[in-house]
Amino acid sequence: MKKVAIVGYAQHPILENAGALNEVELIMPVVHQLFDELGISQNNIDFTCSGSCDYLQGAAFAFVEGLSAIQTNPPIKESHVEMDAAWAMYESMLKIQMGDADTALIYGFGKSSPGRLDSIISLQMDPYYISPLWPDRVSLAAIQARVLLEKNIITPEQMITAVIEARTNSKNNKNALVTELVDKESYLASEKISSPLNEFDCPPISDGSSAMIIASEEKAYDFTDQPIFIEGIDHRIESSNIGSRDLSKPTGIMASIEQLKLEKTKFDVAELHTQFSHEVPYLQSVLNLSDVPTNLSGGPLVGNVMMCAGLDAIGKTYESLKSNDLTNGLAHASSGPCLQHNMLVHLEKKS
Amino acid sequence: MSEEEKKDYAESPINLEYHYTAGSATTRFLNQVKEGKIVGQSCPKCSAVYVPPRGSCPRCGVATNIEVPLTDKGCIESFTIVHIPIPGNPIVPPYVCAMIRLDGANISFLHLIQGIDVEEIRIGMRIQAVWKPKDEWTHSLENIKWFTPIDEPDVDVATLRFQES
Repeated sequence: MKKVAIVGYAQHPILENAGALNEVELIMPVVHQLFDELGISQNNIDFTCSGSCDYLQGAAFAFVEGLSAIQTNPPIKESHVEMDAAWAMYESMLKIQMGDADTALIYGFGKSSPGRLDSIISLQMDPYYISPLWPDRVSLAAIQARVLLEKNIITPEQMITAVIEARTNSKNNKNALVTELVDKESYLASEKISSPLNEFDCPPISDGSSAMIIASEEKAYDFTDQPIFIEGIDHRIESSNIGSRDLSKPTGIMASIEQLKLEKTKFDVAELHTQFSHEVPYLQSVLNLSDVPTNLSGGPLVGNVMMCAGLDAIGKTYESLKSNDLTNGLAHASSGPCLQHNMLVHLEKKS
Repeated sequence: MSEEEKKDYAESPINLEYHYTAGSATTRFLNQVKEGKIVGQSCPKCSAVYVPPRGSCPRCGVATNIEVPLTDKGCIESFTIVHIPIPGNPIVPPYVCAMIRLDGANISFLHLIQGIDVEEIRIGMRIQAVWKPKDEWTHSLENIKWFTPIDEPDVDVATLRFQES
């Protein structure tokens, strides 16, 4: 396996409603910021890959328009995933592994404000039996939260802690959307949206974009003195039939842990794509992170740009390792209802 | 169940509503169109002029932040004669849809051609906008009813190709 490293990451400030700014106008600033920081241009990029969802924009092939944010002359090699941009990074990794590229630009973008996210997300479900019922994203998450609570895998106190910590940690993240602190009393006084979840347990509707550059080991040092290496990356998907899953068993994640041999790795920091509060203690326990600083950026509970938040978890882990005296970081990205599809990324700073 | 009642499919209508955003660059353009002006935007790197502007130069990947006032005259870059009526469309076939290249612009946009026998329409023909009455103007290129030929020599469209500066 070729060694591949992250050499740069930029994130647009997360907005509740980007208003008149369209997707292209959200992407351009982060890509330019990244290029300027590294002193490079699109000419230094072998492969470009984006992650977005046309349903968020409400237009077929809307992702193609996103390319208008990128210099495409002379012609570029590019691709797109109709997924979180974390998977665009995965595709870029493969491209580098195959020897087709040494450097890759990844960007993700999403505006949740123009449509009704609850309706849009329900369209990712099985189109015959589940989507026609229009299950909203909060209710689906609540089903898993209920299972985890009833099996005593997590506790209501852990959910409250996850919310309070996310708000507290938002001060570490200059791009966070939600920065107001919350205390236990106001949490408990909040009305349920879909029991057991209240508004504090759910991520905010968010607009934004992010970009990242990765490079093979040979090229990485051309960009930066301190590349952060992708030591391992693995993703697994579980059944789309939610009734056939045991929502308290993280089958896919366990397979990734085994594949990446993470059982004994001591992580210094972790960023998890946990959109709902109950997912934080659940994944902390699954990933053995009880003593590991987790979601120091606040995570998706303080800003959750669809199709970006997974890439952001990787980007925030990269930033933590880069700017602190830390060695091992774990990033997690997810997709689908009830943590159906999960990616684990083991990042390492070489001393 | 009778034979007629059997269905081998299920109906599952999907209706999603969006607040569509034109983007800040296109918003600037549409605000001018409402005043009867066509203002393209130019790329600070390659100088290409876009009308209607979408906010970026897709060749260079930079914001088109230079406003370029344009005339409502141009030429036909390409066209098609529509013979098939479209339900709900008030225009009676045959009519002409054309790619309009305004003078000074580097891209064309789609609009109607009227005021000429469809058989006489040709690529390179000079045309000018026919505007609706001012009190009907909105934030839309529909403020222009159609384009109509003007008495000027044809343009060789090969000369319109973008030249690298």
